[in-house]
Amino acid sequence: MLDVLAGFIQELRAAGLPVSLTENLDAMEAVRHIPIEDRDAFKYALAATLVKSNAHWKAFETVFEVYFSLRGGEWRLDPDKEDELDAMLGGAAGGDIQTGGGGAMDQLSPEQLAEMLYRALLDADEAMMRALARQAVTRFAGMEPGRPVGGTYYLYRTLRNLDLDSVLERLMDASRQQAGELTPLEERLEQDEYQTRITHLRQEIEAEIRRRLVADRGAEAMAKTLRKPLPEDVDFMHATRDELAALRRAIQPLARKLAVRLARKRRHGRKGPLDFRNTVRHSLSYGGVPAEPKFRYPRPSKPEIVVVADISGSVAAFARFTLQFVYAIANQFSKVRAFVFIDGIDEVTRFFEGIDDVADAVHRVNTEADVVWVDGHSDYGHAFTTFYEKWGQEIGPKTTLILLGDARNNYHASQSWVVKELRKKARHVYWLNPEPRSYWDTGDSIVSEYSIHTDGAYECRNLRQLERFVESLA
Amino acid sequence: MSTTVDTPPRFESVPAVREGLKRVAYLADEGIAGVVYLADRLGKPVLIEGPAGTGKTQLAKSVAEMSGARLIRLQCYEGLDESKALYEWNYKKQLLRIQAQRVAEDQGGTWADVEEDIFGEEFLLTRPLLEAIRAEEPVVLLIDEVDRVEVETEALLLEVLSDYQVSIPELGTVSATQIPLVFLTSNNTRELSEALKRRCLYLHVDYPDLDREKEIVLTRVPGISANLADQVARIVRSIRQLELKKAPSVSETLDWARTLVLLGVETVGVEQARETLHILLKYQSDIAKTAKELTVDES
Repeated sequence: MLDVLAGFIQELRAAGLPVSLTENLDAMEAVRHIPIEDRDAFKYALAATLVKSNAHWKAFETVFEVYFSLRGGEWRLDPDKEDELDAMLGGAAGGDIQTGGGGAMDQLSPEQLAEMLYRALLDADEAMMRALARQAVTRFAGMEPGRPVGGTYYLYRTLRNLDLDSVLERLMDASRQQAGELTPLEERLEQDEYQTRITHLRQEIEAEIRRRLVADRGAEAMAKTLRKPLPEDVDFMHATRDELAALRRAIQPLARKLAVRLARKRRHGRKGPLDFRNTVRHSLSYGGVPAEPKFRYPRPSKPEIVVVADISGSVAAFARFTLQFVYAIANQFSKVRAFVFIDGIDEVTRFFEGIDDVADAVHRVNTEADVVWVDGHSDYGHAFTTFYEKWGQEIGPKTTLILLGDARNNYHASQSWVVKELRKKARHVYWLNPEPRSYWDTGDSIVSEYSIHTDGAYECRNLRQLERFVESLA
Repeated sequence: MSTTVDTPPRFESVPAVREGLKRVAYLADEGIAGVVYLADRLGKPVLIEGPAGTGKTQLAKSVAEMSGARLIRLQCYEGLDESKALYEWNYKKQLLRIQAQRVAEDQGGTWADVEEDIFGEEFLLTRPLLEAIRAEEPVVLLIDEVDRVEVETEALLLEVLSDYQVSIPELGTVSATQIPLVFLTSNNTRELSEALKRRCLYLHVDYPDLDREKEIVLTRVPGISANLADQVARIVRSIRQLELKKAPSVSETLDWARTLVLLGVETVGVEQARETLHILLKYQSDIAKTAKELTVDES
């Protein structure tokens, strides 16, 4: 047991969770107090001692599944119950299957299987769903031992064969018929209900696939392939849809935390310089002795931020997150203006004004801003020149200019003199690039042509780096 | 563990904790009950995080009620310091004592006597943390919204949380006579320090799932029918799936259910839902969005 636990903790650390030695000891201690056959309790005991942040929960869960899904027979459905289930399934399928025991399900026709799936979802029968998930994986995933394919492939195959969307339709039809006519509200509620059940089924299938993969390849190898970066370490440019959704959820609390931190920093510490006049005036009441030194009230400058972002396909996600982040802490700046470009450039500050839902505004930016000039391929040169002509005179000594993009210019002219001119006017000019530093200046990327004229070019690939940069601004 | 005292375990088993909490009308899920049980067995504090209004503070209160312990609460805020959290010397009383001594001095008392005297227990004002440590009877210590104090002040808590003792320079170290159950709650407005997290068990309380929420509504709202409770829970779940500024919390669900009962509503239709949405949601934009979503189906 101790060995398993040690390996488990090793894997957690490899996945990026900070597990200290004391926490490790706590976990060992905690496990002693928990009946080992209770899998849920065991999981929570480990979670309570090892995972100290909700963002890490997902990673923990995956590693846990991999490590403890197969260990010991006591966590599986016990054989008796399984037989019983199978017999029940045989009955449910119309009694035309006479064989008892383990193989009952294998002989179902695909139609019968679909029918049973439908009924299980309709009744929210969990044991049945689990059995069906197992069956579906056996039948559709086509798993072969030793094949070097990731779990997502098998998941995709299984789901495609089950065709859950049409099952959902059928379920909805059934409840429509049952109730006669559904009001929109009821319809929505029903749909949510079935959606949850289907999600549940999906998770069962995923777990089943994982179980089999672990059996095939061993926990250590499996954990390695499943290892996913934590939300704050997800690369903007290569995020999957699920990861992007997770990022969107993560950005709000992160921005709020940053805002609180900055506001606190502003309020505390940092005394201003000695206010000589005020000190002398107060010294009068002590007979001319400057007993009570007075300080000037600290007035930290609030910079004016101008964000100029490339929103062409390759870097759109990055621009969106940066805009969201900057606006989320807009009250730390005296003014925020936003411009977006592809080959044309447009000011989008108006979308953010008077709106309290930043995500909504960002969405409008993506759909309504007028950023295409010729062909909709990035042209930094043209965008920058237009920016300089139209808004160049509004950049002043209080402005901090932030340029976002990968500087993949499609071999157009760079017009880097614009950045040079802007730097003379602005307080600071920064360049944020969502690409790894090693890719800079490869292919059509011309970052360094611009960045030599800026105060700094930063690699900004994930939320962690973005947060750090924004904090240094304020 | 470096604790010197042994407190007999309060709870039999995880199901026992769950049962007990149910008796005081707090419906815990497996995870919550498990962590409370472990906290007792390991003698460690529990750090509870989660969205606002999911019953973090209530958990501590319910555990206190269930085990018949006294609840000592320390509400954290920015600027909380030692004298508010740990202990303070009662200066006024000390002054009076010194003045009284002046009179006595004429009769031959010495300064050493006074000094010994004014830093005695008599002049010590105990604040929540010290009080919890010194309590003879079982107590539950609740440190509420610990994320509001500054990082520096957090360090104050460390000695109490890991060793259950407080060091007072003039008196020496005061150790606990029994290990109190400690709950810390946090709304996650900032990252807590590693040192603090390491000393605690971590519990994330999220919005309950459908069945649990329904049961919560049934237990906490008198006179509600099972049918209505079911509808309430389902609508709230649907609303939580939308992207809102502030999703409805459990306490808001309860308020809503109570309102519906008061209004004599038997089944919630679109109309009733729309008219009472302002109880569930606190932002105008959220209300508008939800009203739109509920009436016009997405599909």
